[in-house]
This record gives sequence, structure tokens and C-alpha cells, in this order.
Amino acid sequence: MRFKILIRLKSQILEPQGKVIEQSLKSLGFEDFSNIRQGKLIEIDLPDSLNERERLEKIDAACKKLLVNEIIEEYEVLG
Amino acid sequence: MNFKSAVITFPGSNCDRDALTYLKDLTQGEVLNIWHEESSLPNVDLVILPGGFSFGDYLRSGAMASKSKIIKDVISHANDGRYLLGICNGFQILTEIGLLKGALIQNKSIKFLGKDCYIKKKFNNKFNCNIQNNEVLQIPVAHNEGNFYCDQETLNYLHDEELIAFEYCSSEYSLDDANINGSLDNIAGITNKNKNVLGMMPHPERAYQDFHLSNHGKKIIESILS
Repeated sequence: MRFKILIRLKSQILEPQGKVIEQSLKSLGFEDFSNIRQGKLIEIDLPDSLNERERLEKIDAACKKLLVNEIIEEYEVLG
Repeated sequence: MNFKSAVITFPGSNCDRDALTYLKDLTQGEVLNIWHEESSLPNVDLVILPGGFSFGDYLRSGAMASKSKIIKDVISHANDGRYLLGICNGFQILTEIGLLKGALIQNKSIKFLGKDCYIKKKFNNKFNCNIQNNEVLQIPVAHNEGNFYCDQETLNYLHDEELIAFEYCSSEYSLDDANINGSLDNIAGITNKNKNVLGMMPHPERAYQDFHLSNHGKKIIESILS
């Protein structure tokens, strides 16, 4: 089964890439686009033999151990 | 002097050679170069985690390097109270390991900064004890993620425990308009609580030889040896 993990910088942290994307979009005529922030998406395959709880526990452990730095980032697991 | 030191090399490190000559020239002692996959770190007085782009800076700067095999021994080395210095990518690795507080995020300007900068000492420690309180050091930076961030509680802790080693300043010692990358409170380098682990974004190993623009980087090693 395939899982998606969305990782974003915490909302209180300035995300300068999003700001530049926003400026660029505005210059292309998308004047009403605002508060753009860029994050990252990680996709992972896990064996079907694991049950839902085991899969989520493993993903959570991987996020805490390597994938996410919780000082600056937050994450969300999408099924 | 029987001072022994080591530089750890990760795939993508690119300041390891400079760090080796920096230590060889200034300590006059034995200097080891340790590959990140080595399982043990010999007993040395000082370890440098050098600058570069370890593991391509994939995921986050320093994230993958912080999980290398050698890191277990690097943590023991620090816990034994011996000196550990992370420069640039090495600073990022130290925050990812958790030996230092906070994190280094993208420069506020979204520009890679490769230039000389000025720093001054904030609180005294063994890495900067030979530097005067009113002294300005000219040392180069070369980074894309040097913007020091932590939450307010941690920032208070860094001040209260006097763990801020260096701050960006102007050539005239002023903090105004001298924050090159957006770091909280102009922070350029911090130590751990025991003050035997220092992480700094500027590169002292690029400021000590006659052909460098300054030799102020010498003062870090001179302080440690004093």
C-alpha cells in the first residue's frame, strides 16, 4: 500500500520560496493568489501484510527519526 | 604539544581538506581523517565536522549525515566533554543530531551567500576565549541554509545559559543591518550547555593562511589550545 507524507514548515516560520512563487504568479496575472507556501511530499510503499495500525506506527517512527525535523516542520500522513 | 584531532568526511563534504590543513598547521599535532562509515572514533581532543553538502543536502541539510555510523562515537566524544566543532554543514549536522539546539533554515534572501562576513563574540567559551570582547573577526561564509531558527523558549535558554558564541556584526562592531541570513538575534554560532560543542556558519578554516583575506580564523584553534 502506498502512503503519502506531506511535510511543511511550521506556519510561524517564514518560507521564502513560497514568497517568490507568489511574486512570480502575481506578475503572471494571478493577483488574488496569496499566502503561498511550498512544502514537500514523500511517497512510500509498505507491505499489505501489515495492518493499518502497524503501517501508521512505522511511518510515524520514520518521520520522527529522519523524515521530519519537528523543530521547524510538521507532517501529515495521507492514506 | 601532544594535541590530537580529527576531521570526519561524509560523501559531499568539501571543506574537509581545508579543515585538515587548518588543524595540522595550527595544532602542530596529529590529525586524523575519518570516513563517516567507520564504526569507531579514536580518542582525540577535538573533532571537526566540516562544511559541504553531505549526502547532497537531500531531505534537509545535515539530516542524513546525522544518522551516519560514526555519529554514535561523535556523540560519546562530546558527552565525554571533549571538543567538537561543526562548521557550516557541520553546524547543520550538529543541530540534526540534537547536540545543539535549533535548526538552520533557508537564508531569508533565498540567495546562496558566499562572501566575507564580520562576527563578534557574544558569550565566552573555550572556542573564543582568546578573542577580545570588542574585537571584530572577518571570516567567510558560504551557505544557503544558515538562518538560525528556534522557538522563543529555546532562544531565551540560549541567552540565559550564555550559549551564543558568535553574532553577525558590521565591520564596526554594530549588530544593526549586519544580519546576513535572517538568523534570530544575529546568531552565527552556538554551543551546547557544557560549552564543549560549537556550531558556527562562518568558515574559520578559510581564514588563517597568508593568501586568505584575513587570518582571524586562527583564533578559534588558539583559544582551544590556550
